[in-house]
Amino acid sequence: MGGKPPEGVRLIGEDGRRHDGRLPHELRPIHMEVGVLNNADGSAIVQYGRTRVLAAVYGPREPHQKFPLLPDRAALRVRYHMAPFSTEDRKSPAPSRREIELSKVVRESLEPIVIAEEFPRTVIDVFLEVLQADGGTRTASVTAASLALADAGIPMKALVGSVAIGKVEGVLVVDVDELEDMYGEADMPVAAAPDLGEITLLQLNGVLSREEFSTALEMALESIKTIVDMEKDVLRKTYTSVEGGEQ
Amino acid sequence: MSITPFRTPIAPSLVKEAYLALLKKGWRPGDRDLKTPRNLKIETGIIEKAEGSALVKLGNTQVIAGVKADIGSPFRDTPDQGVLTVHAEFVPLASPMFEPGPPDENAIEVARVVDRSLREVGAVDLPSLAIIPGEKVWVVWVDLYVIDHDGNLFDASMLATMAALLTARLPAYEESESGEILLKRGTPGEPIKVNTWITTVTTAKIGGYVVVDPNLEEEAISDVRLVTALDSGGRIVGMQKTGMGGLTTRDVERMIEYSIEASKVYFKALEDSIKR
Repeated sequence: MGGKPPEGVRLIGEDGRRHDGRLPHELRPIHMEVGVLNNADGSAIVQYGRTRVLAAVYGPREPHQKFPLLPDRAALRVRYHMAPFSTEDRKSPAPSRREIELSKVVRESLEPIVIAEEFPRTVIDVFLEVLQADGGTRTASVTAASLALADAGIPMKALVGSVAIGKVEGVLVVDVDELEDMYGEADMPVAAAPDLGEITLLQLNGVLSREEFSTALEMALESIKTIVDMEKDVLRKTYTSVEGGEQ
Repeated sequence: MSITPFRTPIAPSLVKEAYLALLKKGWRPGDRDLKTPRNLKIETGIIEKAEGSALVKLGNTQVIAGVKADIGSPFRDTPDQGVLTVHAEFVPLASPMFEPGPPDENAIEVARVVDRSLREVGAVDLPSLAIIPGEKVWVVWVDLYVIDHDGNLFDASMLATMAALLTARLPAYEESESGEILLKRGTPGEPIKVNTWITTVTTAKIGGYVVVDPNLEEEAISDVRLVTALDSGGRIVGMQKTGMGGLTTRDVERMIEYSIEASKVYFKALEDSIKR
């Protein structure tokens, strides 16, 4: 973070628009689809602009390896992983420290919504593969995981959605992409379940004043509501067309 | 891969009930109110062979930070800056929950949160760590060693890091005629330039209550924690929600308010430890 953007790139233009033409509160074009994989019990692909994440859910099931099961609930196992071809420079497929941390925070963003108590002594696997990274890979991952869990029929208290708020040239913006993340002053990924009124992931990399923080959190929750509504639409469309024909 | 933890201490519901009854009255065991951190002691210069070091005792939690410096190459994208790396080890002597082996997700999380809190505001002046820009720079390692775990490893680690960095002296060196840099280990040279003092404050949500600096028992009965990194002007320079639960907007606002207040206690202790 910090430094100067490449020649000719204005992060915030004279007209208040961002380098890709978006207004500060605008999300990138978002695409969601569920049931995209054959083998998985549930799956989804989510795109935030050029960021593309594939999610698969297996379980509840007996784990392959010997594995300490929990007597009172299903264990949630989450892997966030970036494909070697997803970035400008090839990313080594071995899990980095960043991926280990993000696997943890993404798991903790799902723990409050999955009703794991219904399946003691089993494991629910959530596998996330970032196919292309252009900023917001963890937020797209949470959204994809939420859809894949629903697609797998895992009981959930609510759906979660996620978005990152950034600060570029002093302006708070929604859904930062890679360029804005790289040259901006702050990046704040948030995940929430609007129907529960709960924030399930909250990180901040960068500097915000107390007031900016409150505004950023509000902006995030508003956009997350939009994203979760899109999730509901996609699920409704998919399942009503399978089960009941056109509706 | 991150898995729902199974080795966390199971707090009997009786303990939780006892805590909740006290919290209702605005108190915690040990005559502590909800907003006050535990007794904090910071000792610096405890490892003579390290460039800088500190031992932090936060209640019964103990963390050592050691700073070591070496000459190395800069990163390609920051040729004119030194390199700072934070690493944390949860060594098995610190807790029955810790096992030998490479750092797990919890140790990696602590190290990365500390690292980001310093990096994003430029707390450590990396340009001044360049010796020959583009060629030779100081590579500074902060190694965190948790030696006794009684909760809130984030704050203890951040405090130890700051105290060690603030008191560190890079080794003196000589440049030979062929342009080689020869370190004179054991002879203290320049200090490490610190631009901004940073602290993290961890708050936990227990039932409907928010508490500052949770001990291990409180962490076990808490639903979720929020780590807030702050500078001495009350700006938020980093944040990390950690733990299985969720937070409402109201929780978050209250946690920040408590954190800003508690950060003053931490900054005062840091200041005192440097003076000594």
